[in-house]
Amino acid sequence: MSGKEHGYLDMELLRFTTAGSVDDGKSTLIGRLLYDSKAIFEDQMEALEQASISRGGEEVNLALLTDGLRAEREQGITIDVAYRYFATPKRKFIIADTPGHIQYTRNMVTGASTANAAVILVDARNGVIEQTRRHAYIAALLNIPHVLVCVNKMDLVDFSEEVFEAIKADFKDVASRLDAQDIHFLPISAKLGDNVVDRSTHMPWYKGETFLGLLEALPVGQDWNLKDPRFPVQYVIRPISDEYHDYRGYAGRVASGVFRVGQEVVALPGGLKTTIEAIDFAGKSLDYAFPPQSVTIRLKDEIDVSRGSMIVDAVNQPQQSQEIELMICWLSEKPLVVRGKYQVKHNSNELRCIITEVKYKVNINTIEEIHDDLSVGLNQIARITIKTTKPLFFDPYKQNRDTGSLILIDEATNNVVGAGMIL
Amino acid sequence: MEKYSINHLRELEAESIFVIREVVAQFERPVMLFSGGKDSIVMFHLAWKAFHPLKVPFPLMHIDTGHNFEETIKYRDDLAEKTGTRLIVKYVQDSIDNGRAVEEKGLNASRNVLQTVTLLDAIEELKFDCAMGGGRRDEEKARAKERFFSHRDEFGQWDPKNQRPELWNLFCGAKHMGEHFRVFPISNWTEMDVWQYILMENIAMPSLYFTHLREVFCRDGAWMASAPFMQLKPNEKVEIKKVRCRTIGDITCTGVTLSEANSLEDIIQEVAASRVTERGSRADDKRSEAAMEDRKREGYF
Repeated sequence: MSGKEHGYLDMELLRFTTAGSVDDGKSTLIGRLLYDSKAIFEDQMEALEQASISRGGEEVNLALLTDGLRAEREQGITIDVAYRYFATPKRKFIIADTPGHIQYTRNMVTGASTANAAVILVDARNGVIEQTRRHAYIAALLNIPHVLVCVNKMDLVDFSEEVFEAIKADFKDVASRLDAQDIHFLPISAKLGDNVVDRSTHMPWYKGETFLGLLEALPVGQDWNLKDPRFPVQYVIRPISDEYHDYRGYAGRVASGVFRVGQEVVALPGGLKTTIEAIDFAGKSLDYAFPPQSVTIRLKDEIDVSRGSMIVDAVNQPQQSQEIELMICWLSEKPLVVRGKYQVKHNSNELRCIITEVKYKVNINTIEEIHDDLSVGLNQIARITIKTTKPLFFDPYKQNRDTGSLILIDEATNNVVGAGMIL
Repeated sequence: MEKYSINHLRELEAESIFVIREVVAQFERPVMLFSGGKDSIVMFHLAWKAFHPLKVPFPLMHIDTGHNFEETIKYRDDLAEKTGTRLIVKYVQDSIDNGRAVEEKGLNASRNVLQTVTLLDAIEELKFDCAMGGGRRDEEKARAKERFFSHRDEFGQWDPKNQRPELWNLFCGAKHMGEHFRVFPISNWTEMDVWQYILMENIAMPSLYFTHLREVFCRDGAWMASAPFMQLKPNEKVEIKKVRCRTIGDITCTGVTLSEANSLEDIIQEVAASRVTERGSRADDKRSEAAMEDRKREGYF
């Protein structure tokens, strides 16, 4: 039996993030997906039932599956983003499941940073609430390509189309104030399984996909930026062996765009023009490379290229500047210091910066700008300006999640304190 | 028509190679831990692909409990020789002989936990600043929250409550003197991904993973391989069964499963049909609900 017959060679990978607390049925929804796709095994299920009962719960608490840390079990809370995995014959899924209670924004931003889709749960009885707006705002800020709004607990509102339509309209109103992406609405009952894996018999008025059907159908291939060729150099490969005496290859991952053999490119900084001589991967030659492939590029001319350099298309080049405007999500208990110096990590480049200005903060519950209090602490989001020690080569985050993102690192503690999205 | 999409295995491969290259770029003295099991075999294969035509630019290190399947050792030595990779072997027996570790007693005695002492001593002695391991997040719940780049303090300890946030593809290996990192390049792979990838890449595997006749005995519902250093309880008896290893580690805590799987395709079908996790037969995880976290905090793999 070959891989083709198995079908697994045609499977794609989809990463999605879920946010919220136990109350809105998130655990039930994920539990159903995992159990129905056989991603929860019998020994795990037994352990889960044991643990749930010994903690006095009536239903199986899915959080116990990944809340494996002592502190989490002792306090009954989820501390961190938990990664869960399941697969259907069409796709492999990675769920970044973020807890609702503490470190909310920090965790959701972390989970969202690599996601193709965000799942937002709305309780049909409560409609669009503060938490929904917060989810929607972060999904838009992190530029998650697809948003799935699951209106859950439809069984508790008599599977009413009116309720669903009203929530949909409210959410669309919120989304219109955001730079929102591809949004889908689904009426579901995670508890009863309506429109999760199987179609609901209670809601004939809903003609769309089921939750799993939609997750399998989202066009993830189109999420990559294929138009701006950017190749951050991670490492220079020079074997210095008899067989590969003059070999000099630039190892990295295609951040965006398509690179072809013979293409005219420039290496930044420096900006010297050359052409791509070959694209190598583990002893094979490729005609072209695209994101997210990890390859090795060889150039026709010997020019100064090292870690931190970026190979880009000769015509289509990124912006470069030492003054950068960005939205920042603050991840540390130590507040942001204006005029403070931080280390910056942007692609394979490491440099330093000074935070020159905080323009405003965002109240993520109301999506309003705050101009009178500019102190930025843990879990807060602000628009800031930084000045870097050398020019940064970047694209706006909205166009390019790879070349448009950076992190700030505290120089004394080495902690990652800020997640930045370049405007 | 040109195609601009890759399947899930190629995407996982690209991610892991990116991580391994980051390690080599960010650290001065990295090492890759190698047990001879399928995860470390795949991880090494990815490292080989990441740097081709350069030889893998870091050594492999095996923490040897002395309780091995012979075949694993041969596979390990052959692989190092064939690829020209430097192999370091550190022995738990040496840690016991020089008084750094004390042998466990009793029927379920294992040297699995003792490996931590040998590993941390080796990291300190050889001044490694990063050790890559084949841990996967789907394996065990304490691993589900592990970062790709996992910080260890000067005692080699892991502090799960204060992990650095890891965003996008920006991995931060900044550290102070004496601290080190553990990096897990195949964090996002599942057992199924590993086997599908082995088949897709046609990677040679030790025959222990395929069905064979072996002397085994049953303990606490799991089949264990019989070996001279294993002590049997009075009611346990050695039988010969058709088995294969689902994971390979120290014999004292690696269970075997009754299986007829004779090829990679058979294994994939068996994994797909299995309703028990691969660590379900690992005696080391059954010690307590937080067995893995406790070992990891102290510096385990």
